[in-house]
Amino acid sequence: MADLLSHEELLLRLEIEDFLYMEADLLDEHRYEEWLDLFTEDARYHAPMKRNVSSREMDTELTREKIEMSWFDEGKDTLTKRVAQIRTGVHWAEEPLSRVTHFVSNVRLLDSGSGDVGAGEIRVKSRFLVHRNRLEDEDNTWIGNRIDTLRRVDGEWKISRREIYLDQNVLLSKNLTNFF
Amino acid sequence: MVQLTPEMKRLVDSENGTVSREIFWNQDIYDQEMEQVFNRSWLFVGHESQVPEPGDFFLGRMGEEAVVVSRGRDGKIYVFLNSCRHRGNRVCRYDQGNSFTHVCSFHGWTYDATGALVALPYHENGYDLMDKSQWGLLQARVEIFQGSIWATWDKTAPNFHEYLGGSDFYLATGLMHTDGSDNGAEVLGGVVKWRLGCNWKVPCPDTDTTHGWITHRSTALALGVGATGNPVRPRDDRSISVGQTRSRYTVSFPEGHTMGVTIPEADDPGWGESGTWAERPAVREYLREKFEERKKRLGLMAHLSVGPAIFPNEGWLGRVVRIMHPQGPAMTEIWTYFFVDKDAPQEVKTELANYYELYYGPGGVTQQDDMENWYALTIASKGPVAQKLDLNYQMRLSEPPLHGPTEFDMPGLFAHNYSDENHRRYYQRWAEVMQAKDWGEMAPTGSAATRNDWMTNRNGK
Repeated sequence: MADLLSHEELLLRLEIEDFLYMEADLLDEHRYEEWLDLFTEDARYHAPMKRNVSSREMDTELTREKIEMSWFDEGKDTLTKRVAQIRTGVHWAEEPLSRVTHFVSNVRLLDSGSGDVGAGEIRVKSRFLVHRNRLEDEDNTWIGNRIDTLRRVDGEWKISRREIYLDQNVLLSKNLTNFF
Repeated sequence: MVQLTPEMKRLVDSENGTVSREIFWNQDIYDQEMEQVFNRSWLFVGHESQVPEPGDFFLGRMGEEAVVVSRGRDGKIYVFLNSCRHRGNRVCRYDQGNSFTHVCSFHGWTYDATGALVALPYHENGYDLMDKSQWGLLQARVEIFQGSIWATWDKTAPNFHEYLGGSDFYLATGLMHTDGSDNGAEVLGGVVKWRLGCNWKVPCPDTDTTHGWITHRSTALALGVGATGNPVRPRDDRSISVGQTRSRYTVSFPEGHTMGVTIPEADDPGWGESGTWAERPAVREYLREKFEERKKRLGLMAHLSVGPAIFPNEGWLGRVVRIMHPQGPAMTEIWTYFFVDKDAPQEVKTELANYYELYYGPGGVTQQDDMENWYALTIASKGPVAQKLDLNYQMRLSEPPLHGPTEFDMPGLFAHNYSDENHRRYYQRWAEVMQAKDWGEMAPTGSAATRNDWMTNRNGK
């Protein structure tokens, strides 16, 4: 049986859950500029692809960051440009804007301020189910998990790293215009 | 040469520059395409760098069907249908790996890295009349071109060089090293695959230079670079989205291949000078250095960089290859391969990978808007009223293309940068291949190859 969480740990997890739910609201309400503010300037946003490989070679399942191709492998600078593109009003793939709902669940703190993350950083694992409905009848669902690294900056949590593990091989949607 | 029937001419009328929307929706036409086009053409299935060692394999596609691309113990590349000869089961279930045997999970028929049947249970006492050599996985014909792997099911098809119709050097520009040496590219790990609801022909050919100003307006506004980020063409003075330039043409071949070509000139800037690389200094410095070597090797032709679309479903954008795999009349699975110099520093490869991810594929800022249009035109063409309205490919219909070998000593038929000539030729070739009963009938109408072999001579002289 796992150790019981301390009072402080419980409060921290509630705080982090609240942060992730608030983030989902910003995205689903198209408040992208406020969403960008949740990222540190040096943030990385990485979504590797998943290959079908032998169960004995699972170490080759994910495409490697910066070495192989990914769905996304970028920083805040290009995320900011993607938001600007949506705001032009002529980004046809998001014009009109899609109706998107982010479900976030299974939130768990992996560690806090120790191990391979820097002091003041914590790592959080969560599941996502993102639903997109667009125009009359376009409908997509993406499911997977995320591992976020959060950092305290001036008393507020910021995302310094987001790893997105999408449970698809051939992407079954025509694009990835939305954020995870 | 084949005479098109009145029915085929109704579908594809090159003289009047119209194409029926039926060829993007009709199931019977689609079924015929699988037989006539995909089972007889040379198809891109991958690149040697994906299988560097004997036993390495990856899954490819030819038309709707999965093939295994494998390197045998003899070092040669084999392409075989991923369907067991016993009861038809999928034999290989992995995207990639290394194995000298592929064992069917149904009854255990076992094939080696060349696709040959090497073992089957109960063989000794159950199949006394069976000749194992006749029951290997179906082999495709394979040719390697500058490291790229091409395959066809058709034993009677011309060889790949002949199939290219003289476009060899254009195709080679993306596969050679930036320094101009042969076969210098590798595929970055991870073939990007996704599904798009449009007919497979819609994204190819992709040399239409008149869509960028509006399709990619948001990219131009928000990202500060021209449309279709092309990593190998200096875009500062020759953006395909900005305007006609002194010497840029759309170029086609009677064999159905289409591309854009800029006639090289001595004062053309090198590839490292493109504004594309302003924010990627490692790439810029690398390209500057290697381009000097390229000029020494290729002379004036160093400046030539082309994005050829090889008939029927292959297309380059810069150093990116997209293959449009059919999945029914109104569904396409796009596979995209991203190339870099195989010996480039990791920092350069990483910057290029990040650049590709930003512009291409389902997350790509430019391609997203292309795909939105391709999808929407499919949906809006479905109804019985829309189906009766032909699509318009009449831009510069009255201007016959210039014969490249005669006019420029360069292969291809050269039409204005803003022209639908490439589309007209692509669909004309599609109609010929759809109707022709054999390769004799499929002989292209005329030739746009130079007298000299450009592949050997590099600059045609």
